[in-house]
Order: sequence, then C-alpha cells, then structure tokens
Amino acid sequence: MESKVLEHSKASEVFNQDKERVGWHDETLWFVRSKRDKAAHNIPDWELLRSTASSIKHNVLSNMHDYLVEFEKNALANGVHIHWAADAEEHNKIVHGIIAKHGVTRMVKSKSMLTEECHLNDYLAKNGVEVIDTDLGERIVQLRDEPPSHIVLPAIHLKKEDVGETFHIHLGTEKGNKDPQYLTEAARHHLRETFLTRKIALTGVNFAIAQTGEFVVCTNEGNADMGAHLADVHIACMGFEKLIPRREHLGVFLRLLARSATGQPITTYSSHFKKPREGQEMHIVIVDNGRSTQLGREDFRNSLKCIRCGACMNTCPVYRRSGGHSYHNAVAGPIGSILAPNLDMRKNADLPFASTLCGSCSNVCPVKIDIHDQLYKWRQVIVKEGYAATSKKLGMGAMTFTLSNPAVYQTGGKVGRWFMRNIPFVVNNGLNPWFKNREMPEPPKESFREWYLNNKKS
Amino acid sequence: MSSRDRILAKIAQNQPEFSALPGLEGLGNVYESPAQQFKTILEGIGGKVIEFSDWSEIKSFVKEHFDSNSRIISTLPELADIAELDWVYNDPHTLENVDFTIIRGHLGVAENSAIWITESLLKQRVSAFIPQYLAIVLEANSLVSSMHEAYAQIGMEEYGFATFLAGPSKTADIEQSLVLGAHGARGLTVFLKV
Repeated sequence: MESKVLEHSKASEVFNQDKERVGWHDETLWFVRSKRDKAAHNIPDWELLRSTASSIKHNVLSNMHDYLVEFEKNALANGVHIHWAADAEEHNKIVHGIIAKHGVTRMVKSKSMLTEECHLNDYLAKNGVEVIDTDLGERIVQLRDEPPSHIVLPAIHLKKEDVGETFHIHLGTEKGNKDPQYLTEAARHHLRETFLTRKIALTGVNFAIAQTGEFVVCTNEGNADMGAHLADVHIACMGFEKLIPRREHLGVFLRLLARSATGQPITTYSSHFKKPREGQEMHIVIVDNGRSTQLGREDFRNSLKCIRCGACMNTCPVYRRSGGHSYHNAVAGPIGSILAPNLDMRKNADLPFASTLCGSCSNVCPVKIDIHDQLYKWRQVIVKEGYAATSKKLGMGAMTFTLSNPAVYQTGGKVGRWFMRNIPFVVNNGLNPWFKNREMPEPPKESFREWYLNNKKS
Repeated sequence: MSSRDRILAKIAQNQPEFSALPGLEGLGNVYESPAQQFKTILEGIGGKVIEFSDWSEIKSFVKEHFDSNSRIISTLPELADIAELDWVYNDPHTLENVDFTIIRGHLGVAENSAIWITESLLKQRVSAFIPQYLAIVLEANSLVSSMHEAYAQIGMEEYGFATFLAGPSKTADIEQSLVLGAHGARGLTVFLKV
C-alpha cells in the first residue's frame, strides 16, 4: 500500500473534503482534551508534577550513557536477554532472528509505536511471519491495511459504521451492526483465540527503570498482559529514551500519563516486568534509530523527553482538522513533527510547517517539551539546509526582495489595492492560497505611509 | 565495534552537561478518608467496592452471582469451599475458562484506585487478566493516599512481575464509546476488609 506521499497541506485538503467528518473529528479530539483538563485540574500539585517530570527526564538525557549501562546490567542479572539496535533495520532483524530461532511463524503484538516507526509488521510479513495487533484500535486499522492515525487512539479517524463494515468483512459480524459493545465483544473473542495460541508476544515499553532493570507497560485493555503471560517468549522493544532512573519515579510518570492521554486517573493495567516467568524467555531490544543524533541537537533534544501521551495531538487545531494520516509519519501531530525531521529531513520537511505555532501543545505537555518553539526552530533548519518546498522558497525570495526595496513595496501595495477594488477576481480565486476558506478583506483607501504623509503637518 | 558500543559511544558524546535529579518532596495529595476517595474513583471507572468483615459475606456474594457451572479460582484458603485453590502450578492456558478469580492485593491507592499486586499474590501472572470477572481482597488499612506513598512502601521489593490494577479492562477505541471488558476482566469487585 506504499503510495506517493502527499505533503501535509495537500493531504489535509483531501481530509477536509468531507466537512461533516472533519467537524466530527475535531470535536471528538477536543472532547478527549477536555477530559484531560478535568483530570489535571483535580490534582492540586499538577504543575509541580509536570516540572518534576521534566527535570527527571532532563537528568536522564544528561546521564543517558550510565543509566543505559546500569539498566542493561540489572536486566541481565534478572535473566533477560538484551539486544541493541542502531537503526530500524537492525531492530527488525533482531526481532525476526528471535522468532526464527523458535521456529515460529505467528506472533501476537500489543501497541508499540517504535515498531510502527521501524515498519516491523511489513518486514516480518515479507519474511513469512504473521503479526496480529491486539490493541482494539490497532487491530481495526490493521484489518483495514492502514497505519494508526494517533499514538493513543489508533482508529480515532474512523466512525463506528466503518468499524462495523471492517468487522463484517474480516470477523464475520452482522452486516450493518455498528454497536461498539457488540463489535468490541467480537474482537474480544477473536483475539482471545489469538492470545491462547501464539508462542511469541511482542510489547512496547512505557518506562524502563535503570535501578532495577524492570520495564513497565501500560494498557487499558489488558492486551499486553494477555499476550505476554501466555507466550513462551516475550520481546519488549524500546527506544533508549524510555529510561527513568528509579522505581519511585514511576509515581510521577504514572500519575501524568493517563491523565494527559485520556483524562483517566491511571491506565487499568500498569504492569512491571522484571524477570521472565518460569520457563519463559524474555528479550529487550534497545533501539537508537536516530535518537543519539537528536540527543546531540541542543535545540531539539528535549523532544526525547516525550512519554507518548498524545495530549499535544488532541489539543492541536491543525491535527484535529487534518487527521493523523496527513502527517505521513508513525507519530503524528506536534510531537511527531519535531521528531520526524530528525529521522528524514527531506521526507518530513513539510511537517514543522503543519502548525499555527499557537503553543497549546507546549502548554499541555506533561514533561514540558517546548514543542512549538522546536517547530519554529526546525523551520529555520529546514530552509537553511535547502529542504523547503519550491513554492515556499520562491515566496520567501519574492518577500525578501519586496521588503528590502521601498519603491517596489510601495508600488506593489498600490497595485494590489487597485486590483482588489477594481477586478477582485484576480485575487479572489483558488490560485491564491489566502483565499481558501476565507473572504479577502476590504482594501484600504491608502497605505499607512500615504496616510502619514497626508496628515503629519496638521 | 558492536552496535551496543557504537550507540553508547555516540550517546556519551552527545548527551548534555549533567543535570541533577529533582527531589519528590511536596508531591501527592493526602486524603482525609482514603477509603472514601478510593471508592469514588473506582466507581467512576466502572469498579465496585464492597466492605466486609466476615468471609461468609464473600461466599454469599459468589453464590448470588455465579451458578454451579461457573469456574471460580482463588488463592485464599479462607475460600476453599467455594473456589479451586489447586490451579497455581498448572499451565496458564488452562485458566482460559475461568469465570471468576478472587485474589489478594497488597495495597490500594486512593488517588486513582489502583491496587498493587505482585507475582507472589497472583501465583500465575495471567490469573488477574484472563478471567471473565475479577475480585481483589484488600485490607482497608492498606490504603494509601498517593502513588508516591505507594512506591515509598514498595521500595526495592523483589518480584518477577507486579502490576498496578485499576478497574475493569476497557476500551474506547470505537468512536470514543466506553466499553468494559476489552481483553481482561469485564468487571472488578474490591472486597475491602474492615
């Protein structure tokens, strides 16, 4: 399903063709954002919690090397196998190697945005391994052969009619039945069978504790636990930035994560995996894939503090009205737009521009990442490195020329006002991006300069 | 050079100047009645709290809600006459048809109604996840106000697996409609021993 990747603004135009649906998408995400606000306001120490979390993560970034070594040592002592992957390809090879060693061709997987980032499912499919995603939202988009559109709510772009139709085709539910209770029940039965028959389970990691070598996986559905506790082999994949120093720091992050994500006081299950169960094999794959480069970018390293709650997406006016798929990256929204250019600056040059820089993302971020400042800074890097779109480069060039030549500026203003007054269709048409979804303003009679020259003597 | 060494070398080179860890003082609410707060929050997320003082009360609850065909397992010797106790060394897949599990929890957290359960209480890791319905027996005096208090108590406790469990399994992945019973237990009853 690899097709030509549309720029964010073009993909948003497609998304915006169905006005009613965009309105619904916008409201649904705003509803989640409102739940987050309510949950945050119920916690008197919320702001202290955020700044503490941010400082802990800052300490982690500044001591990453030693924490990783400590984590590895403790996890090995716990009887866990540790693997290191420099990039997505090595990650995929390691995971496939473990699966192949066990002579298995089917695996069950709970949510892991890292494996989305690495395109693990595609890689395994090419190597003859069937992967079943077990988070309900992920299963829905997997059956539809789509990527998730949101890191916490993978199927948020779909309506229940869509899910009903998908389940009718793939799981044999009644045609036309779109009752969420009924559809969830169907998925429960379908996936229970999967949990009981798979020998290998893969999960993501929400937090990894240097002090103890354990890792924590948070779900509401219980799918990570059902997979891991019934499988002979548990593979957990993590970006190295998931580390936190000590177990007691979980108190801080578990209080923030679910409240920021969905407005819940905590996820239903916050499971601490320290040692394999008797007879089980446990692997942790620690992945770099560009993170060590990002760590060295002073302006952007704070993006590695992210705990993947999705609050910045739910609040973002651009995300809510353009949908996750418009971002053509595993992680969409504001946070995705500051992570993606580090992965591939050319391919993701459009993403830092997919923002109004309103700053709402930074205001809700539980670890206080300066997201909107980083979006602004990425724009400068992208233009400087020559990755900006041609139209943007031409526009900026014309602007620079005009603004640095007073005569051109004055004439240009006059000509513009004359056209707007006398032949408005020259600017009021689809070729002018400022006209899209907007009325052009009434042209003023004179410019400020003209007004000033006429009035300064009186 | 292995990937491990290359990654670590690059991290050492790129990580910023050392920044100290903050303290955790001043974090966490203190509730006057942790039991009341715990109950309010748990009910808000779809769970139920039943206070009891005698084991016969739990037995009556079980008889009222489950018939003789239901498979009920427990780790509590006090419930031997209504539940299986001899499942703990069996293959975890054999728990597939369990209707109701009754286990103990170590402590409950008032701010979010999460219950701390380690492997030593679960016996089988999957036992709290695989049944249709779950009940957890908790001592009322084990309730703490916040997650910070909880982790202070947990300290460096040794376990292979442990979980904070709050309420029944749920999902809102279909149009944000809340449905209880995604993959784990469809319902959670907390028996609070007073």
